[in-house]
Amino acid sequence: MGELRLMKGNEVIAEAAIRCGCDGYFGYPITPQSEVMETLMVREPWDETGMVVLQAESEVASINMVYGAAGSGKKVMTSSSSPGISLMAEGISYIAGAELPCLIVNVQRGGPGLGTIQPSQADYFQTTKGGGHGDYKLIVLAPASVQEMNDFVELGFELAFKYRNPAMILTDGAIGQMMEKVELSDYKPRMTAEELDAKCGSWATNGKKADRDYNIITSLEMDSDKMEANNLRFQEKYRQMEEEEVRYEMIDCEDAEYILVAFGSSARICQKSVDIARAKGLKVGLLRPITLYPFPKKPIAELAKKVKGFLTVEMNAGQMVEDVKLAAGCGNSSVPVEYFGRMGGIIPTPGEVVEALEQKLIEA
Amino acid sequence: MTEEIIIAGFGGQGVLSMGKILAYSGVMQDQEVTWFPSYGPEMRGGTANVSVIISDSRISSPILHEFDTAIILNQQSMDKFEKAVKPGGVLLFDPNGIVNEPTRKDINIYKIEGTKIAADLGNVKTFNMVVLGAYLKAKPIVKMESIRKGLEKSLPERHHKLIPLNLEAIEAGQSKLEEVHVL
Repeated sequence: MGELRLMKGNEVIAEAAIRCGCDGYFGYPITPQSEVMETLMVREPWDETGMVVLQAESEVASINMVYGAAGSGKKVMTSSSSPGISLMAEGISYIAGAELPCLIVNVQRGGPGLGTIQPSQADYFQTTKGGGHGDYKLIVLAPASVQEMNDFVELGFELAFKYRNPAMILTDGAIGQMMEKVELSDYKPRMTAEELDAKCGSWATNGKKADRDYNIITSLEMDSDKMEANNLRFQEKYRQMEEEEVRYEMIDCEDAEYILVAFGSSARICQKSVDIARAKGLKVGLLRPITLYPFPKKPIAELAKKVKGFLTVEMNAGQMVEDVKLAAGCGNSSVPVEYFGRMGGIIPTPGEVVEALEQKLIEA
Repeated sequence: MTEEIIIAGFGGQGVLSMGKILAYSGVMQDQEVTWFPSYGPEMRGGTANVSVIISDSRISSPILHEFDTAIILNQQSMDKFEKAVKPGGVLLFDPNGIVNEPTRKDINIYKIEGTKIAADLGNVKTFNMVVLGAYLKAKPIVKMESIRKGLEKSLPERHHKLIPLNLEAIEAGQSKLEEVHVL
């Protein structure tokens, strides 16, 4: 059993990065995620593991430092909150286009614009549908507890390297600022130069050897035939992710007539809503997507064959509801899919969710 | 057992650290805990609150709209959270700065002169520990041994010399809790 601590979600991101052998963190402060870099600076991992921690002059600089370091095969990351992620969007698209692994953490706050520093899930579209330009996808993990903030750092890096693709942890101010009991991962050493060469030598700019050609990192390809081939290769990679990497959790769905669909902190609230609804005699279950991309379409399509309705619960104006509708409707099911949410930093209460379920689905 | 608590007062009163020590005590006796603060641009003097859940089983929502216990340390928080106590629940308050005392008859109301007791102890900064002691007298949900371990875990080592003073403040709070009967 690993070390048990009481920590904030943001602090755990930093601790997990050090412990999983991360080579570098580049970031710029923004509420509600500033504790990530603050914790790293207090921990001084450069003395302990050799990990670089650098406060850049902006989010744009941070993501481009990540781009450069990822190109050399290093395990690198950044973190920010919604407005900062918007600034990084260009760099994220370049990293996806150059097929490089890295980890980006978005501790969401309410928008649009500078918005508020309170929690929100309004970056779902930005994260799962693009954000930057071009046909690319991020692997998106949505933690619902401080423990998962720990677990998904290592998982995010693992998936990023498996697919040579940026991975994002999409969380929010509630989980970032909240403290829970967490079992920290054991220390893993950083990759040695030899290990890095064995793992990434076919593409990384880790120093040209006599027995191999130059590795060139770029997202630019002026020949359209080659650029289309690149895009087809990316798409093939995304289809493989959709086959192999879907993760979700189902709670009380076996006999459920109504299904709540929620991720991250909304899913925690909905767990309590399920308890309240069950106590009232309503057969309600919860489906929690853990990967937002690839999205758990199949379990939703399966449930759509037998349930009376879905209610998505999101801290936004209704974004994931579109994906749930697509997934539920793909078997020609006409089962209703409704949305309930709050915006601007307001967190829905478990009771509000049950009321919405009764109004929109059960009494409708 | 699940205990859902809101601690609310002014920033600087030690609201967040009281919650943290309580939460850490839960961890020390192998319970599940969440500590969810109101966070914002507030500084010392602004309002601050934290909800703490301690449970024997997995905790669902860390965000609550009603509580088993409200620990209330200023008037604004009284206005906001008196009505959020579950029927049969506990409301503990420090009368210092409270203009309108609680009026509900369906909850158990307790009073602790935390500000005064802490001043008598010679260190007003122990105020939050006096209040914590009073709460533990009303609802002994964690063992004193766990509180001591929780203090060790949540205070940086350079402050460990202050642990006996904090324990003394907790004991003072335990011995001076007053029950309030709403007429």
